Amino acid sequence: MRYGPVDVLRGVNLCVYRGEVVALLGPNGAGKTTTIEILEGFRKRSAGEVRVLGTDPEQGDEGWRARLGIVLQSWRDHGKWRIGELLAHLGRYYASYSTPEHTRPYNTDELISLVGLTKQANDKIAKLSGGQRRRLDVAIGLVGRPEILFLDEPTVGFDPQARQDFHGVLRRLSDRGETTILLTTHDLNEAEKLSSRILILAGGRVVADGSPVTLARQVSSRSEIRFSKDGLHYVHSAEDATSYVRALLGQYGRGIHNLEVRRASLEDVYTKIVQEFESRNVKRTPGRHARPNGRRRHAKPVTKVTA
Amino acid sequence: MLSPWGISLAVLYVLRKRPVPGTHFSLSVQSIPGILGMNVVFTGLLGVAIALTMDREDGTLLRAKATPNGMLGYLIGRVTSRAAMTIAGLLIILIPAAFLFHGLHLRDFLSWLKLAGILLLGLMATLPIGAILGALFSNAQSIGIISLPMMGLVAISGIFYPITALPGWLQRAAQEFPVYWLGLGMRSVLLPNAMSAAEIGGSWRQPEMIFVLGGWAVIGFLLAPAVLRRMARRESGSSVARRREKARRRQA
Repeated sequence: MRYGPVDVLRGVNLCVYRGEVVALLGPNGAGKTTTIEILEGFRKRSAGEVRVLGTDPEQGDEGWRARLGIVLQSWRDHGKWRIGELLAHLGRYYASYSTPEHTRPYNTDELISLVGLTKQANDKIAKLSGGQRRRLDVAIGLVGRPEILFLDEPTVGFDPQARQDFHGVLRRLSDRGETTILLTTHDLNEAEKLSSRILILAGGRVVADGSPVTLARQVSSRSEIRFSKDGLHYVHSAEDATSYVRALLGQYGRGIHNLEVRRASLEDVYTKIVQEFESRNVKRTPGRHARPNGRRRHAKPVTKVTA
Repeated sequence: MLSPWGISLAVLYVLRKRPVPGTHFSLSVQSIPGILGMNVVFTGLLGVAIALTMDREDGTLLRAKATPNGMLGYLIGRVTSRAAMTIAGLLIILIPAAFLFHGLHLRDFLSWLKLAGILLLGLMATLPIGAILGALFSNAQSIGIISLPMMGLVAISGIFYPITALPGWLQRAAQEFPVYWLGLGMRSVLLPNAMSAAEIGGSWRQPEMIFVLGGWAVIGFLLAPAVLRRMARRESGSSVARRREKARRRQA
């Protein structure tokens, strides 16, 4: 069964299938948040067609909303509540959307242990650290046992330990396979670690789409081959590294040492894309980084979504 | 919440011997029903408005929007809790006042029933207006601005001194707003009938009171849904982040 094909952005047809973990990767200002807000039904698009779980987000009713989980960039609400209380309270909103095949909400204790907050279950929310707070936000996003979970920049401002813990939570979640996850990040390593598929967004366009390996291949098919022969070091760039190496070894055999074949890494690709995007952008709209946040909506290109 | 009411009760107690001009009735006792009416406006109307702006700033409202039926649940919860606090505020003044002062009609059940009726009408007239103001003002700072004209309104609404002592045009202005009518309604229930002599037209004017407060309630209930829907529609992650950024800059 196909769960929620999602068509996003300027002529790009993006389908996210059930159980997939997809990362929207891109530099700041690339349109990640705008995209995700359109999908969540929090923002109107100017054009185009979008379907999330088979419904246009702008027409989505409460029953549709009950099937989504949302984790936004910064939340500090309900500071005076305790973790367990808040999760139980919010969970009640989902109870009327429970079906025998898909029960809602999540069991509170199970949810708390899934995000690793069992020790803090009775703590006041205002007392949590940044990383704990974020894990609570994920727990809240999951409380209705959503079919799709949106995470907007989930690890911004984390220390390495908090980041690792958080990745653990997401991996446990994706191992269960019942929730489709769409997350945004500007951190390539994070995208590589967590997702089965990466979409690189730059300037309001999806410039690349695929698994980390296919992406690197898609953007740059050339490989770098290094070797030494007779004490001299050589570097060669080739489209088809396998044929080149076969020929090389066939010709010189044991004369070749220190053979190394390196395909352009995803990092090289991503850096190149970001650089291109930023140099273009500076030329077109000088001082865009100084623009006050309030005006962003009008300048963002991504609100133009076409199927 | 306790202390401002405590202070006003203490001041009134000290001044309890001063009579309402032209009568032998204590001016302090005459003020108490008006203070109860003022409480409805400050705890209820202003309270809802401030809560709504603050809840938008910290993302509570967005959380409600992300939850099925959450916005409805949020609004019902907020309004109910504000109404409960307004009732509590009323009792916090009224119960000590019953022991400290003489002359308030609190003995018979009927006056409590009438009091409850006027309170209910007052809440219906003020809470939706509070919600509208809260939805229109973008942050908690700017909502502080409306508490200033509200103080002015209290000053001309005959809370602490009979309104008949004011010039005619101020009287007319005050009669457009719920503060005066709430005070008048409370006085009509809690004070002896003879005290109506100090009012405009020498009467408690209960039909007019019900008409004006009812009118505000109708306006509020007609406008609030549209204004609140507009507010809810505009709520998104980036709008919360934007307000947060603004608040951060203000502090810096």
